[in-house]
Amino acid sequence: MVNRNKGYQIAINIVMMIVVCMVVLPFLLLIMSSITDENVLLAKGYTFFPEKFSLGAYEYILKSGEKIFRAYGMTILITVIGTLINVGMSALFSYPLALKNLPGRRVITFFVFFTMLFNGGLVPSYIMWSTYLGVKDTVFGLLLPNLLLSSMNILLIRTYFSTSIPDTLYEAAQIDGAGQLRIFRSIVLPLGKPILVTIGTFSGLAYWNDWTNGLYYINKNTELYTIQNLLNKMVSDLQFLAQNATNLSSSATAELSKVPSTGVQMAIAFVAILPIIIVFPLLQKYYSKGIALGAVKG
Amino acid sequence: MSTKPGVIDRRISRFGRIKKWLPLYLMMLPGAIYIIVNNYIPMFGIMIAFKQVDFSKGIFASDWIGLKNFEFLFASEDAMIITRNTILYNAAFIVLNLVIGIIFAIFICDVINKRLKKLYQSAILFPFLMSMVIVGYIVFAFFSMQNGIVNKSILPALGQEPIFWYNDPQYWPVILIFVNTWKGVGYGCLIYIAAINGIDPTYYEAAELDGAGKLKQIWHITLPCILPSIITLTLLGVGRIFYSDFGLFYQVPRDSGMLYATTNVIDTYVYRGLMRQGNIGMSSAAGVYQSVVGFLLVLVSNLVVRKISKENALF
Repeated sequence: MVNRNKGYQIAINIVMMIVVCMVVLPFLLLIMSSITDENVLLAKGYTFFPEKFSLGAYEYILKSGEKIFRAYGMTILITVIGTLINVGMSALFSYPLALKNLPGRRVITFFVFFTMLFNGGLVPSYIMWSTYLGVKDTVFGLLLPNLLLSSMNILLIRTYFSTSIPDTLYEAAQIDGAGQLRIFRSIVLPLGKPILVTIGTFSGLAYWNDWTNGLYYINKNTELYTIQNLLNKMVSDLQFLAQNATNLSSSATAELSKVPSTGVQMAIAFVAILPIIIVFPLLQKYYSKGIALGAVKG
Repeated sequence: MSTKPGVIDRRISRFGRIKKWLPLYLMMLPGAIYIIVNNYIPMFGIMIAFKQVDFSKGIFASDWIGLKNFEFLFASEDAMIITRNTILYNAAFIVLNLVIGIIFAIFICDVINKRLKKLYQSAILFPFLMSMVIVGYIVFAFFSMQNGIVNKSILPALGQEPIFWYNDPQYWPVILIFVNTWKGVGYGCLIYIAAINGIDPTYYEAAELDGAGKLKQIWHITLPCILPSIITLTLLGVGRIFYSDFGLFYQVPRDSGMLYATTNVIDTYVYRGLMRQGNIGMSSAAGVYQSVVGFLLVLVSNLVVRKISKENALF
């Protein structure tokens, strides 16, 4: 029950305002660093109040950022295709599972649930995808492993379908002579739209933010890097440079020192989160709903 | 002759059943194939840990070597370090996300101003939506040894010498636990908010009439009412205590070799063993160790919850 005591209201608002600052300030530092003049940045470090502003980092990205644009395009491509397939496959899989009379329903549910309890781990997955299925250095390496379907999401959609779409609706449609595919298209999809959009935001964000698939499966063909892989690569190049500074050939050093300047790195990082910031109100709406649903046992 | 109609009937009905359900099974086919390939086949790949993998022979023809890989793993100092790090970090994460998540949830639910309430809810969710790569960059902006705001602005202002953050493992437990809470507390918090919003307000009205203060109301009404969510989240956390967020332990310390004493966990160990050293034996052994112990922990923690309060068990 809401406590209207004035002192209490002031206290909780102060605490939560501090929390808001702790969330916002780090991102502000990232943005400020990206618009700080490079020389000022090297002299004074990252700061909230740069002495001199410069859009040099963004000019660099626009002028010579072919790699960055390609990576950005790659991220968008993977996110769109991956999310569409994910939502489609999840919906197709979950609808039959929601029907109480489906023969084998319990076995199939367990088949899905068990993957949440036990898994083979990275080594067998990696060897299977790279050696036997040949996804290495192809776009499939970014798209297929792990992200294409989530057991958790299947169970969420199933629960939604079986609780919020009345059984009688299916039966009525069946009596009217509608085939299962018709029922799926004209009843299940429209009525299940809220949960499917929620799953779509889960999946879309997972693809947008993913960097592990690129780390594991994209090694030589760096043209396939997503924006997250590019950011990750800059870190590992710098780390490599720092650890081997003394015993590197000059050509290797020259190659590595092409890593963009610190300001440019921060600018790329900001560009990578910009879409999330823009669609945040929408994301929040569906994401919060999905999180709350996940807590309710299916 | 007399049995024939029955046989035909049964045939028709079976044919009818197949005809009725077949389209549904076909709908499930793509997802089922994906789950088999992505999840089930790697489970059988666990045998790699018991083999001397030789890619020229192929996985299946490679020689069996029994538990040799495990003997090597547990003879090394690493096994102890990665197990300790994984469990201690996760324990800290479970406790902090629980306590801070509930406190924030109670505060947010008590805020009267609708706009501020919305702002707070947005703020706690926002970092949760960022990738660990980005979080790594942000942490770097604070702790970078040459350019970081801590070394360049904060420590000099306090009259302190700069600290080589990325070379000294002792600071990282605090940094990593802070970062994890900063990024992850919103998830649990939103669940607790949903649970608190579901509490019948008349409980509080009755408590107020009886003169119960805020703390008493939290203790006797709020906490018992959101207990199912608390148990579910804690159970999930305990079940995954052997798994860690690879990104947190790989991206945030920037994979700095000097920090491994306090940043190496099972997941990063498996990755480095496989990709850097090409030591398939050791890393697959560590992976199986994680999978098997992790699985047992899920079963045991679920069993414990079933004993205490059956309706809150996951399965």
